[in-house]
Amino acid sequence: MTHAPHRAREHGARSSAEQGQGAPPRGLRTWRAWRTGRRPLVLALLVAAIAMALATLVPGVASAEGERLVGTLQTSRSGPIEGVEITVETADGDAVDSVETDEDGRFAVDLPGPGQYSISLDEDALPEGVELGTAGATREVTVDLGRSQPVNFGLVDGSSGAGGGTVRAVQLLVDGLRFGLLIAVCAVGLSLIFGTTGLTNFAHGELVTIGAIIAWYINVRGGVPLIPATIIAMVVGAAVGALNERGIWRPLRKRGTGLIAALVVSIGLSLLLRYAIQIVYGGFSNPYGDYQSQRAVNYGVFTMTNRALASIVISIVVLVAVALMLQRTKIGKAMRAVADNRDLAASSGIDVNRVILVVWMMGGALATLGGVLLGLSDQVQWDMGFRLLLLMFAGVTLGGLGTAYGALVGSVIVGVFVQMSTLVIPDDMKYVGGLLLLIVILVIRPQGILGSRARIG
Amino acid sequence: MPADPSAQGSHAAGSEEIAAARQAGQHRAAPQRLAQAALKDLPWEVGVAKPDAAVVLDGVTRTFGGLTAVSVDHLEIQRGGITGLIGPNGAGKTTLFNLLTGFDQPNTGTWSFDGRDLGKLSPHQVARLGVVRTFQLTKALSRLTVLQNMLLGAQGQRGESFLRALLPGIWRAQEKANTEKAMDLLQRFKLDAKKDDFAGTLSGGQRKLLEMARALMSDPKVVMLDEPMAGVNPALTQSLLGHVKDLREEGMTVIFVEHDMDVVRDISDWVVVMAAGKVIAEGPPESISQNQAVVDAYLGAHHDAPLTVEEEDRVLAEVQAEIALEESGTSSSSGVINSEGTSR
Amino acid sequence: MADLLNAFAIAGKAFFGFQAIFFALLAIGINVHFGYTGLLNFGQIAFAMLGGFGIAISVSQWGLNFWLGVVIGLVSAVVLALLLGLPTLRLRADYLAIVTIATAEGLRLVFRSVSATPVTGGTRGLSAFNGSFIDLAPWETQTRHRVLGTSWSGGELWVALVGWSLVALTSLLVWQLMRSPWGRVVKAIREDEDAVRALGKNVYAYKMQALVLGGIFGALGGMIYAIGTGSAIPDQYQNANTFLAYAALILGGAARVLGPVLGSMLLLFILQFADTLLRALIENGVIPEGLLSSTDVAQIRFVLVGIGLMLLLVFRPQGIFGDRREVMLDAR
Repeated sequence: MTHAPHRAREHGARSSAEQGQGAPPRGLRTWRAWRTGRRPLVLALLVAAIAMALATLVPGVASAEGERLVGTLQTSRSGPIEGVEITVETADGDAVDSVETDEDGRFAVDLPGPGQYSISLDEDALPEGVELGTAGATREVTVDLGRSQPVNFGLVDGSSGAGGGTVRAVQLLVDGLRFGLLIAVCAVGLSLIFGTTGLTNFAHGELVTIGAIIAWYINVRGGVPLIPATIIAMVVGAAVGALNERGIWRPLRKRGTGLIAALVVSIGLSLLLRYAIQIVYGGFSNPYGDYQSQRAVNYGVFTMTNRALASIVISIVVLVAVALMLQRTKIGKAMRAVADNRDLAASSGIDVNRVILVVWMMGGALATLGGVLLGLSDQVQWDMGFRLLLLMFAGVTLGGLGTAYGALVGSVIVGVFVQMSTLVIPDDMKYVGGLLLLIVILVIRPQGILGSRARIG
Repeated sequence: MPADPSAQGSHAAGSEEIAAARQAGQHRAAPQRLAQAALKDLPWEVGVAKPDAAVVLDGVTRTFGGLTAVSVDHLEIQRGGITGLIGPNGAGKTTLFNLLTGFDQPNTGTWSFDGRDLGKLSPHQVARLGVVRTFQLTKALSRLTVLQNMLLGAQGQRGESFLRALLPGIWRAQEKANTEKAMDLLQRFKLDAKKDDFAGTLSGGQRKLLEMARALMSDPKVVMLDEPMAGVNPALTQSLLGHVKDLREEGMTVIFVEHDMDVVRDISDWVVVMAAGKVIAEGPPESISQNQAVVDAYLGAHHDAPLTVEEEDRVLAEVQAEIALEESGTSSSSGVINSEGTSR
Repeated sequence: MADLLNAFAIAGKAFFGFQAIFFALLAIGINVHFGYTGLLNFGQIAFAMLGGFGIAISVSQWGLNFWLGVVIGLVSAVVLALLLGLPTLRLRADYLAIVTIATAEGLRLVFRSVSATPVTGGTRGLSAFNGSFIDLAPWETQTRHRVLGTSWSGGELWVALVGWSLVALTSLLVWQLMRSPWGRVVKAIREDEDAVRALGKNVYAYKMQALVLGGIFGALGGMIYAIGTGSAIPDQYQNANTFLAYAALILGGAARVLGPVLGSMLLLFILQFADTLLRALIENGVIPEGLLSSTDVAQIRFVLVGIGLMLLLVFRPQGIFGDRREVMLDAR
């Protein structure tokens, strides 16, 4: 129905051997960065595209892009592995191409078209200590139209994986913690907005995306280092939040628009923003300019890149700051008061609209930060926030709708659960595990972990 | 005043009777006064056994967080009488209503209706046993017409089953009978002219009337009215009171929550006073104003911060106090950002 | 000018084509859920996917009879409705919204995952399962016919005929249900479920029935779509379609029997017209390439739907044919 998503992969856990697998070769990256802003018009394809529009309701946007297989050979101990021969064949056994990995361990093979391919690597060329995982040296992959299909050979070097389940479990736990804290950073705003206005904001994912993309433009296009770029983006994100509130939600509240109607409006806004972002930014994944080629540091039972560590630390610091703000500051108390009872808060002299405005600004800034952290681990994509939205909802619901601390606890649980679930289910189905958790929790404890029972209607 | 002679008649008779009874300081045993007569000689003490109890509660408690909203050791409600439930704001009256009708689940306790345990039943099962309620905030179904609202109250409708709904032949006759019954009731409540209007267009008082009429469509045995007079303009109050008394004439047991003491004195046969979740006194209406516990409860309540009606509002008041204080950094219940109902 | 006429003709085909049927059936289901019962099902596409894949998997993977596939599709939609409803229908409305939207996304991820490839065909999906259905057509399915300036194959006409008959039947069913006491209860639940409980109705059971019924309609829509395209691909069933169906429903007027049908036809007409026209304008250089390229047009339609959904909800919540008075009473 709609076009195929142009994403390289899911969020989250990567064992050390997978680091950087989705990053295109360096030459490609610059090409893409150029293409991303304004794609050239391919007139010849246009006529065909019109014809296709009639056959399929929504034509594939990516028909202008060639199919290829990309990947990186590296492990945390060996670093990038250069000079390994990669061979690609069609499903029928016809040779397509064979290339060697570059100094960053990367490879890219252009394909004649979408379809099934078999890709294999020369096992003998691997350095000492590095071995293939259980899946062997050959991969069967399906490449969709216009897609850069990442291939992961799952190399092991004894630093992890070889020790068996316990080490992998610890690794996933740490990854899950990072991911969960990241979800929490994004979801606190969602929860506070729900608490203060009653709005279930389905456009919150787009706040995350917009933030991440603004930071990307400042960082990659503007050449500003990522940290100041993030801070600038957070300010812009806060402004976007404020714009949401002043431009849409406050007028709607004034009009007396019902909450269900507002919910549908937020869905409309989400659609509008998401696809507008795709038009402006394009359907590609792009990494930030900094901190990309970090090697994982070995901590004994698990490995972690410094940027992942920084992500955890930043998340914790920010979340503690938010908690302190809610508990100690005047505006934080006012937020809780408005969330508890808006009329009562208003009659006690609290400027409710101002409080809600601050909540939106805070939500926008936090979503931006979460988006940058997500972009740092998973690259920047046009629908990254929307995909995260479901996990945010899972976290917020798990913790109890509308409770700020519940959002925090619930998000961390969702993050850890989603990552840990890959111990038993395939990696591409891990979101489904999060969803199942949500449903199970709703059956057992509908008010969420921290919600109070009395509030359930 | 109702135009329907029968309604007016009984109503007028009721008022006169009360006036007369008050003057004479005794009760006449008119047929409609059976309950009052039966209750006449009971001691005015909490938990007293009634001669013919329809509803019996035992050890019912309900807590929200650390707050005890309801804690009733023993309470009996006389069949065929009008029992008024009064108490200061936050006394747990509405919570008790919610528990009795299955809208809320207690932490402990049992209660029964006609000897049947109601403890584990859901709201619709309670209603099907003949215990119907109205709500403090009127729940007129706005985008249904007045007549549709009424028809909804009828029980045992064949056409309400999914498969039979597809075969109009099965339910058409019953629907017609229900419509006639609904029109009779609407006439009695003087809403018949509005039968095709959306219920959302009615005035507040008319909605209260509609809600009561709709409850009567189910031929209930017990009618529980949560503040039937709240927000009703004075012109309609008398008419509503008349209708409540009519329920008793028809043999129904009425339990109602009310704040206006004049109304309570006017129509109740028995009054139960609650404060802080407990029953602190019960007796005939005239006994209540003499009861020291009641006076204390009401005066005590006035010393508190101004509270609104429901028990949960006490939690909200804590937050308000906290905002006023500004410096206290810790709090139990208000640490959780939560809203349901309040901001919606 | 020729472009404009051509755009009209192509849009006219969209007006009657299987996509309009698909959205009409989705929207009729959503009308039962949202319009009449007040349930927030934001994962209607999941039902459609089960319907489409029910046929596709049964026929092309398991080699079963086509009609058995239809039954399997419908049964799995019922099962999904029960699974979604059991935990959430006792809770506040938002919970169903969140769980359905997550299910729609999650189910698609499962269907397109590598581990599901042996059954669902993974990202490539399945095809070649509608042959026995197309063969039922009482006329030659290969020859092409000119209808209103556009070309239709006999098979397309057959799918459209069966599809519109389904739309008519389901609309009739909804009409009959909503004028019955059952429909009265369901509409009352939309207004205030506590009041309905207090009147002795088992609200939970009614909501469940409505959820199942609307889900079945969604599954039928998915079947028509799968038959119409001749293939079932997980990524065809993106949840954005649910929101397109919502837009169609609100455009045509919620809680009206023909609202979703008219809304779907109109929505597809507008979208297809905008699509064709925009492409033509870009091709002719009327819209400068720097502003909008042809590859962006597919996104524009979702942007338009987003804006349309917002504007409708804010300024004309009753839809274009609806009665404003009724909506003003909506307290929610």
